Amino acid sequence: MSRTVTIKALKYNPNSVVSKPHMVEYKLEETEGMTLFIALSKIRETMDPDLSFDFVCRAGICGSCGMMVNGTPQLACRTLTKDYDDGVLELFPMPAFKLLKDLSVDTGNWMNDMSKRVESWIHTNEEVDISKLEAPSDPKIAEEVFEIDRCIECGICVAACGTKLMRPDFVGAVGLNRVARFYADPHDNRTDEDYYELVGDDNGIFGCMSLVACEDNCPKHLPLQSKIAFMRRKLVALR
Amino acid sequence: MSNLIEGFLGKSVDGKKSRLPAKLDYIQSATGLFLGLFMWGHMFFVSTILISKDFMYSLTKFMEGSMFFEEPKPGLVSLAVAVVFIIFIVHAAMGMRKLPASFRQWQVYRTHMKMMKHDETSMWFIQAVTGFSMFFLGSAHLFLMLTQPGSIGPYGSGDRMLTLWPFYLMLLFAVELHGSIGLYRLCIKWGWFEGENSKETRKTLKKVKWTITIFFLVLGLTTLLAYLKIGMDHSDNAGEKYHPTTQIEKIYNANTEVTA
Ligand code: SF4
Ligand code: FES
Repeated sequence: MSRTVTIKALKYNPNSVVSKPHMVEYKLEETEGMTLFIALSKIRETMDPDLSFDFVCRAGICGSCGMMVNGTPQLACRTLTKDYDDGVLELFPMPAFKLLKDLSVDTGNWMNDMSKRVESWIHTNEEVDISKLEAPSDPKIAEEVFEIDRCIECGICVAACGTKLMRPDFVGAVGLNRVARFYADPHDNRTDEDYYELVGDDNGIFGCMSLVACEDNCPKHLPLQSKIAFMRRKLVALR
Repeated sequence: MSNLIEGFLGKSVDGKKSRLPAKLDYIQSATGLFLGLFMWGHMFFVSTILISKDFMYSLTKFMEGSMFFEEPKPGLVSLAVAVVFIIFIVHAAMGMRKLPASFRQWQVYRTHMKMMKHDETSMWFIQAVTGFSMFFLGSAHLFLMLTQPGSIGPYGSGDRMLTLWPFYLMLLFAVELHGSIGLYRLCIKWGWFEGENSKETRKTLKKVKWTITIFFLVLGLTTLLAYLKIGMDHSDNAGEKYHPTTQIEKIYNANTEVTA
């Protein structure tokens, strides 16, 4: 049996002088297996061509479609409308990021800055000789690194974080997770001291208030809570 | 700590980050752990009144050094209170760094919390509010204990509850909520008891946390009522010191001997 779903969305263009933030309500027929992404596309096609939101992959891979759904940050392409009993979905753009328009925020530049900030690349003095066979990795360690490396930079952990909302310079779970990723990787020769230089302050690891909304909302189910605890233990132990 | 250049730039002269934030984080947790566990012991101590007045009295005297001195020395209690007071102040100073410091921070957190309805996020807010209230409530209580250590006892504490019960009721809720949430958060923060499956562990920890909160709240409320009852029964003689049953028997015997 199909029902009507109600989508309420914040509409606002911060770059326009005439735009005033307001909520708009759309009603549409629910279809089989309807995701929020499908619903939004339909709204844009048939009701409001001006509604802005982001998506690329539609499969929970690219991390473009994060938004606040009834207060919780989620990937729109992985949100099923049928999971909402009353059929009402209230949408806001993710906070903490620069608002572009309506539901569309700029996570890209933020992630880029974060990557630079935590120097998100392998630091090594070893010369790579591509004519030679690569040294094998310990499968257990490789697995651990891959596990943490599954982050899709959707920004959901950042939008979910009360600390980050109060303190805009906080590096966020995604940044701390990134540090843990390189920490775990034996290819990276950085020491504890080097990591301390990157995140050893109140905007980094010591700013985290363990609210664990990152862990509870990460669509990739990354072990953010234990990775952050691990980095905290390592960096606090430093003399 | 930090010299002129470091204070100015936020970087040490050799371009290194200060180790102080790490220490502050550690101190906040360590003092919190101490205070949290201390409050468990404290609650067990005050609740001995539920067993008997004599038992509570003998513990009080024990803390005043009855084992070692002829005369009880309430100064010993003051000394212990002073140590706790210092740790309390240090913890407050460390915790202060985390509180919302502007209206906007407060507003954005409240909105986020109401929208997201996420347990740990809301629990933090309770911690912030109770923490802030304890700047005053905790200090007032500690100051009383510091300056009137001798008044602790079945009657003294009963009299106190009779006049100050609304204050102690607030303090009880503030302490129990703040303490149990804080200890729970410490486990998350440092990965204690994490085990193989941190998600499952957290669920268990949260259950344990609520059980402990409820246990101590019930124990605390019953204890408060017990002192209140003593205070009421004893209100005609308010200010009088408690004499343990054995002592009264002795006095009674002495009296009867004299009259006999
Ligand atoms: S850690 Fe999880 S929530 Fe955060 S950006 Fe990566 S995938 Fe998204
Ligand atoms: S559109 Fe790629 S994750 Fe949703």
